[in-house]
Amino acid sequence: MGSVYRARDMHFPNVTKLVAVKEMINTAPDPLVRETIVQNFEREANLLATLHHASIPRIYDYFSIESRSYLVLEFIHGKDMEAIITESKSFLPEDQVLSWAIELCDVLDYLHKHRPDPIIFRDMKPSNVMINNNGDIMLIDFGIAKTFQSGIKGTMIGTEGYSPPEQYRGEATPSADIYAMGATIHHALTRRDPRLEPPFSFAERPMRRINPLVSAEMEAVVNMALEYNPESRFRTAADMKQALTTVARKTGALVRMASGPQTGPVNKSGIKPLWSFKCEDEIRGTPTIFQGTLYVGSYDNNLYALNAADGKFQWKYPTEGGVVSRPAIVDGNIFFGSEDNRLHVVSARSGKVVWTYYTDGPIRSSPRIAEGHIFIGSDDRFLHAINLNSGRTVWKFETPAPLRSTPFVANNMVYAGCESGDFYAVDFRGELKWRFHAKRAITSSPTGTDQALFFTSVDNTLYCLDPRNGWVIWRFRLGKASISSPCTVDDLVFTGASDGFIYAVETRSSKEVWRFRTEHQVNGSPIVYKDSLYCGSVDGNLYCLEYRTGRLRWKFGTEAAITGTPLAYDDIVYVGSTDHQVYALLA
Amino acid sequence: MDKFFRWLFGNQQQTQVQTQDMVNTAPLSEQQLQSIVSNHNPRIELQQLVASCGQSVGKQRELNEDSLLALTSTMAGNSGNLPFGLYIVADGMGGHQFGELASNAAIRCVASHVLRKFHPYLFNVKSDTIEESFQEIMQAAVGDAQRVIQKEAPGSGTTLTAALVVGQQITVAHVGDSRAYFIYPDGRIEPITRDHSLVKRLEELGHITPEEAANYPHRNVLYRALGQGEILEPDIFTVGFPQPGHLLLCSDGLWGVITENELARAVNEAPTLHRACQNLVNAANAAGGPDNISVVLVQLIG
Repeated sequence: MGSVYRARDMHFPNVTKLVAVKEMINTAPDPLVRETIVQNFEREANLLATLHHASIPRIYDYFSIESRSYLVLEFIHGKDMEAIITESKSFLPEDQVLSWAIELCDVLDYLHKHRPDPIIFRDMKPSNVMINNNGDIMLIDFGIAKTFQSGIKGTMIGTEGYSPPEQYRGEATPSADIYAMGATIHHALTRRDPRLEPPFSFAERPMRRINPLVSAEMEAVVNMALEYNPESRFRTAADMKQALTTVARKTGALVRMASGPQTGPVNKSGIKPLWSFKCEDEIRGTPTIFQGTLYVGSYDNNLYALNAADGKFQWKYPTEGGVVSRPAIVDGNIFFGSEDNRLHVVSARSGKVVWTYYTDGPIRSSPRIAEGHIFIGSDDRFLHAINLNSGRTVWKFETPAPLRSTPFVANNMVYAGCESGDFYAVDFRGELKWRFHAKRAITSSPTGTDQALFFTSVDNTLYCLDPRNGWVIWRFRLGKASISSPCTVDDLVFTGASDGFIYAVETRSSKEVWRFRTEHQVNGSPIVYKDSLYCGSVDGNLYCLEYRTGRLRWKFGTEAAITGTPLAYDDIVYVGSTDHQVYALLA
Repeated sequence: MDKFFRWLFGNQQQTQVQTQDMVNTAPLSEQQLQSIVSNHNPRIELQQLVASCGQSVGKQRELNEDSLLALTSTMAGNSGNLPFGLYIVADGMGGHQFGELASNAAIRCVASHVLRKFHPYLFNVKSDTIEESFQEIMQAAVGDAQRVIQKEAPGSGTTLTAALVVGQQITVAHVGDSRAYFIYPDGRIEPITRDHSLVKRLEELGHITPEEAANYPHRNVLYRALGQGEILEPDIFTVGFPQPGHLLLCSDGLWGVITENELARAVNEAPTLHRACQNLVNAANAAGGPDNISVVLVQLIG
């Protein structure tokens, strides 16, 4: 425990000579213990005073007053490495970190070669490394303060993050400093603070997976420093310095190439659709498949029925407005909304109208069919419950703004978001059970389990609510607004956002598992089929990612933005694009 | 009146005693048992939490550095009565008397932060829900505790396993090696927290076997503790309350000496939650009681 003061040395009254004064407070209650602590402190101060290295601050003086001891040190104009890592917006350049690492190995080598006994720094980490105004490194905080910590009984608290396994057994060796050195470089190049990760978990976070700009050579050196067994690490700091110098020599020429072939086995032109079908206007919605036929709406006002196997046109059904609503199919009938204000019910086989249902505004929501009812929202500001057989209104639930989200039915309730930012849970009689209010519109369609409901909002948030009472279990901050509808698989929830990312978040802990950057807004919704996630982006691509890791498997470029949700069935992925086409691709 | 009652019932009692003497006792059939059990389990209309706790300084320590909290209530809200509970176990460490200061501060800070947030819902009828999520509230509460401990008891630390129950959701904030378990009536027991201890980490990495772990010399070394380090990342997650089943929170004074199967058996065999807690504490003491013992047991009924 203690503080560091910036002080002026008054022995030089005519110039401003700044020094750092480090204060340590002796809290031990036992006088004998206190005395020992002061003696240890003075012995270490004396030791440090004999060190001469450009990267070790000079010691000018030390003294003790009552329960406080002071160390007067060279003042360093600069910043510590941790602050530099935190404040920089992107990864630090490898060259930069490399040159610091070489200097650090140099000073460690100096300390380890100290005679009669090697000096073990014990506490190598970014916050103990200062970068002065010349860009050179200085090693600060020689752990003298450690002798001031009171003896700890029973359960103890170990050092965090940067220390090797054997340090927990109380062994301090040069090899421990080398491990911590590797941990420090790892932190600097990945921006992943090891104190926030389980101990010894560096192998689970290879540097190049987090920061593809890191060279393979650099990764190899760091991996060796971070070996679990001390025998497998560099034997000395000088050896590690040698290895780093070799990396510097190599990558000086190889920097560009190393970052080049990082994109993996992606072949944009290599993916060919099984078939595609062109209609007369944009497809912004999502297709449905039923008995070998694909049904999809278009902004040319038609609902198309296509043969799912070869894309052959079967029939189309004209409405008087754009169709973005995703068709639902029950008992051989297709249900979908249109911007002509109507819910259309059409025979799946013949394409002939069965009945229609009028609302007082365009329908952009998709029908949800459950318990003999159709639930659908409309821009007329009502959630409609319609009898499946008679086509009559059972009830209407009024909302303050258009309702474009697709209702979700679970736990005997109907859930839907509204453009006003309200989210409603209504029972089957049309009575409000609870209401939740987000700061901006909820266009996203909810999904969930009996434990949790998920949806996003234009207020930049992915929400997880208790479906029984609407209490917020967690909120996950997205980079920008979202109208994407989440999907869940296992313990993960996936969604897109207009910041261009596809996110994977753990459902229990709301921790981000991965995020994948597309080139434009992600307004469509992801789906998971087998071990892949499929999601379109306004950049025109349909992305196929490994859903556990977010690694890109392939992407398929269409000629315009994709805003709908893909559909996967029988190893085929179907997706519509605003380039007027619907594509079928091998999953 | 009194006489009248005695006259009315006194006679009956006598005859009952007589018949009991005459009847040969026989074990009840499974069906009879079931009907008796169902008669004795009153129908509970509203869901509610019941909880009990137990604590002991153990057999080998002079000080109790553990702290616990068990708080049970219901909230009236727009969606009916909602069970509300906050249960915390904290195991303090650090020289002098700082350990108990730390564990106490942890409980105090977390509880006061959470209760301040829920105050309007516990003591008024509000129709809207809190804007902040359960997980954000717990995160902020732990952050508060971290600051206060560093100020009031510098150098010390504490574990913290806190469970906020609202409705059927348990939101857990966890640092260190106190534990939360789900115990099911069929005897299954499932730890829901992960120890932030060196030995657990080495075991997870496969560097030592569970048998080696049990005898590892540095079993007490934690790599994460409240009050320690500039950056603290607690585990925060939400799970559904086991129904039927129990939520058990305890310090290592209990789980360190009692096997998981014994824990489950003690909970399932005890007639009441109080007895279960007392039996657990007694069992830990009987096993040597090397450390302070704290236990909180919670059930969601109805």
